[in-house]
Amino acid sequence: MHKIDRLTLVNTIKDMIIETTKKLGSSVVKSLNDAYDNEDNVIAKSILNKIIENQRIAREENIPLCQDTGVCVCILEIGRDLVFDYDLTEAINEGVSRGYTEGYLRKSVVKHPLNRVNTKDNTPAIIHYDFIPGNNLVIHLAPKGGGSENMSTLKMLSPADGRDGIIDFVLETIKNAGGKPCPPIIVGIGIGGNFEHVAYLAKKAIFRPIDDESQVLEDRLLEKELLERINKLNVGPMGLGGRTTALAVKVNSAPCHIASLPVAVNLQCHSARKKEVTLIGKKA
Amino acid sequence: MEKKLKTPISDFERVSLNIGDEVLISGIIYTARDAAHKNMVDALDESKELPFDLKGQVVYYVGPTPAKPNQAIGSCGPTSSYRMDKFSPRLMKEGLKVMIGKGERSQELINEVKKYQGVYLMAIGGIGALLSKTVKSSEVIAYPELGAEAIRKLEVVNFPAIVAIDSKGNTLF
Repeated sequence: MHKIDRLTLVNTIKDMIIETTKKLGSSVVKSLNDAYDNEDNVIAKSILNKIIENQRIAREENIPLCQDTGVCVCILEIGRDLVFDYDLTEAINEGVSRGYTEGYLRKSVVKHPLNRVNTKDNTPAIIHYDFIPGNNLVIHLAPKGGGSENMSTLKMLSPADGRDGIIDFVLETIKNAGGKPCPPIIVGIGIGGNFEHVAYLAKKAIFRPIDDESQVLEDRLLEKELLERINKLNVGPMGLGGRTTALAVKVNSAPCHIASLPVAVNLQCHSARKKEVTLIGKKA
Repeated sequence: MEKKLKTPISDFERVSLNIGDEVLISGIIYTARDAAHKNMVDALDESKELPFDLKGQVVYYVGPTPAKPNQAIGSCGPTSSYRMDKFSPRLMKEGLKVMIGKGERSQELINEVKKYQGVYLMAIGGIGALLSKTVKSSEVIAYPELGAEAIRKLEVVNFPAIVAIDSKGNTLF
């Protein structure tokens, strides 16, 4: 039996939020630099230059990269040997509350979608739990902005629509979204599962490292073809044209019903803030 | 080469702007996003006074992060403009001329910009840290209960933006 101290977890969540809202990951910065080198549209190049300059200022002067410090999305992989003698969800939300308050971050959560009253500490987070072998707790955290989330889509295709149907739907989503999701974007795609699972697959896809590729052949080929075709749409940085519309495409798939071909497209803006931390459970 | 604009922007300067022009704005601008727009339009519908005179003014769609001690403002990049499309025509009727936000707008809104000879400027989304350096002072002047969505009076120096809809109704998108 192993345990993770509640305060350790609260402080870890708090620190992850404060750090990730101010420091863009080095692989995302590299991808932006590569995009700048490959871009020849004048306005697109000027925008990419400002985006790269922005992350430098944010890092050096400790200012949030973007004013939309998002809704906090957490995916927790819980080692099966761990035992919690406290409310895990409550502890995470305490970390979120402290992170957004002590980190001078924007509170962007309203209590009810219709009454729109702000919860004032950015809680609750959206938390997904999963299980893994061992005694570690792996925390994946992303403050997810509203602009790109608003442009995300889901459709239940027919199996007959096939691969072409998926490609058409993804391209249509990105074309319609234009500059609104703050391109250059990372495109997370879920295929298969069912209605709610496909959305989660797409979300998990944007948590993947920007420079990895799928281990599943069909998904990997789809990622390559889609990235090429998306960057021919001429949406460009902030929708003003250019070849840099997406930095990466990630496809995650799952088994599905014989009658179904669910597809979900979750968009991530260029301020692709995410972090992963592993806490090791102590023998209790 | 960017064009320098000083607020309030004169009619002559405004109508001579063309899509694709890069501009640097200095002077006073006002912030408002979804909730503040709704409040202002509700106030107009009830014949109540607005928190500031809209005539010839510049409104910037932003909800900043809280300022740290010794900071004028926190991170303060633009939010998506299309959500304000429903409210902007009413404010332009009251004299609003310049809007700053990010992303595309509806055809109806483009028609209204042309009708009132206004202009829509696009700031770059997701560069709130860089833009915060152009803000010299910030003061909440209305709806403090809205937090990040309150109306703020900002003094900016060389705030960068691109003309996305000009007074002739041309658009970059």
